[in-house]
Amino acid sequence: MVKPVTYIEAISQGLREEMRNDESVFCLGEDIGVYGGAFKVTKGFLDEFGRDRILDTPLAESAILGTAVGAALNGMRPVAEMQFADFVTSGFNQIVNNAAKVHYRWGGKVPMVVRLPCGGGVHGGPYHSQNVEAWFFRVPGLKIVAPSFPYDAKGLLKAAIRDNNPVLYMEHKYLYRRIKEVLPDDDYIVPIGRGIIRREGNDVTVVTYGSTVHLALEAAEELEKEGFYVEVVDMLSILPFDKELMLDSAKKTGKVLVLHEDTLTGGVGAEFSAVITENAFEYLDAPVRRLASIDTPVPYSPKLEEFFMPNTEKVLKSLRELLAY
Amino acid sequence: MPRTVKNTGIKQKKRSEPGEYSSLLSKKELNKLLYNMKLHRESEERILKLYRQGKIVGGVYTGSGMEAIAVGSAYALEDEDILVPLHRDMGAHIVRGNPLKRIFCQYLGRANGPTKGRDGNMHMGDPELNIYGMVSHLGTMMPVALGAALAGRMRGEKTVALTYIGDGGASIGDFHEALNMASVLKAGLVLVVENNQYAYSTPNSYQYNSKNIADRAIGYNIPGVIVDGNDILDVYEAVRKAVLDAKAGKGPTLIEAKTMRMHGHSAHDDHKYVPPEKLEEWRAKDPILRFEDHLRKSKVFTEKELEKLHDKVLMEIEEAVEFAEKSPLPEGHEALEGVYAD
Repeated sequence: MVKPVTYIEAISQGLREEMRNDESVFCLGEDIGVYGGAFKVTKGFLDEFGRDRILDTPLAESAILGTAVGAALNGMRPVAEMQFADFVTSGFNQIVNNAAKVHYRWGGKVPMVVRLPCGGGVHGGPYHSQNVEAWFFRVPGLKIVAPSFPYDAKGLLKAAIRDNNPVLYMEHKYLYRRIKEVLPDDDYIVPIGRGIIRREGNDVTVVTYGSTVHLALEAAEELEKEGFYVEVVDMLSILPFDKELMLDSAKKTGKVLVLHEDTLTGGVGAEFSAVITENAFEYLDAPVRRLASIDTPVPYSPKLEEFFMPNTEKVLKSLRELLAY
Repeated sequence: MPRTVKNTGIKQKKRSEPGEYSSLLSKKELNKLLYNMKLHRESEERILKLYRQGKIVGGVYTGSGMEAIAVGSAYALEDEDILVPLHRDMGAHIVRGNPLKRIFCQYLGRANGPTKGRDGNMHMGDPELNIYGMVSHLGTMMPVALGAALAGRMRGEKTVALTYIGDGGASIGDFHEALNMASVLKAGLVLVVENNQYAYSTPNSYQYNSKNIADRAIGYNIPGVIVDGNDILDVYEAVRKAVLDAKAGKGPTLIEAKTMRMHGHSAHDDHKYVPPEKLEEWRAKDPILRFEDHLRKSKVFTEKELEKLHDKVLMEIEEAVEFAEKSPLPEGHEALEGVYAD
């Protein structure tokens, strides 16, 4: 029997395969070589690829990201690891003002990937739990992906590495060892910019990505027992995002819940919601609803964090309210 | 192709220490250095004129008084090396082969400039010429240069990346991050600090509390060199040595070139915060006049040759201005193009 692969193994597989296929791919970051990475994504990579391609760096996010920009401009395909997504702010400028704008300004290509271990539910507190996509979402020139299953984690990483633009790769820590799947043997990619329907339904749509895809699927399972059919749209890519898929589903069900783990105000969901309202208003039977984490820093203590984040109960409550329209 | 250096036997009597590398420069090369410094100076003077005529709609930042640094440093690179110039380094662009016509198109926001009108002034790069364009946030390009050098090394090439920072920009965190990391990784990075004594209006005494910025090299365990930024041969000497050291795998060098910014921060800045006597003092050290004087005294060039060179420079600039003014502006809808690479 073929062995199922965890989400984190899928990331490692994708990275290893790209490094084997293309000598211009290399990794850089803190503790990624000798230690194999804080989460062990690059475990064993140093032995296979050597110190030049698995570059242990000083603790300096701006230098890591700036180095990636420079190496990308000079023909390489760097994969920079932020130990936690939260730390990307120390190198924010390199991403939003440098990597994102080079091609538009003078035509240089910046094929780099920034791996961002993100998300809560792991009792990491305010600085080891954040979802950082909204900080980058409004920066033209960037791409952002957020896989929810091992298949997509691998396929999107490979697509990100092959892309000629800076791609922020949001990998959710909670999913690392909790989600497993049997993966195909072939060299596949998941194209950036396209989402998929995870589960079909006619009564209500959940538009989501990353960790909350799993909450939506659990809620859909529950509601099916009550005779309601929930369509779950997994966006997979946040920037650019699959407007067509999202709108088709909204038009079909007429009721939409936009769901993400990042905090509510100014989140990606606000844009999704605006796009749906602007383009599918005549098809809607209810206002587009949003469910996200509350607008506070990510709290540490279990009950606080539970209150902060979306969970299946909260998703069910939101969906029932929508279904009541 | 490595640049051929020939010993022409020119005695640099006026120089206290004849340089190991600069003494090898041929008459043709010395001519090129002077020519490029003059192109730098006169282009910027012409650009200021266009600015005053309202033909340049954005900011203009010049490297007046600093031409020896831009030209002398960039001239020390080989073709395969990477140049990451800043806003006062017009001469570095020119040395690298960025054509004057394109540079003027850039300032005038034309569709056929290096950024197609999407960015202005010295914010330009050219992938073909291995010039990486700067961003306004000073310091940001230092780790970028480091990464470019590492990329070359990973492919087994002896790539060196040269970039710059000012006395103000050296206060930014990236200065530390890049130099520390470059030292740890023994990267082929050459950083030239263009210490022109003012960051916009902020004098050095408000910027750092030590004698030299080059002294910081001690903390990174890398060579820290101080050069006379108004002496092109001194600049070339130090940068050439740093480039060759980097190619030999010896790691980065920090070079501090002491100079003075002879214009305001940008064209709109009246520069009144600089005492006039200070400017007078530095005017006497003008890098172009000094180099001309040196060439005259060492009988490398005759007065006539120098005059001819000056006329050639002015003529080329007028041609470039004419070309740029006749070039089309981009259409509004072209703003949509090029956000993403294919």
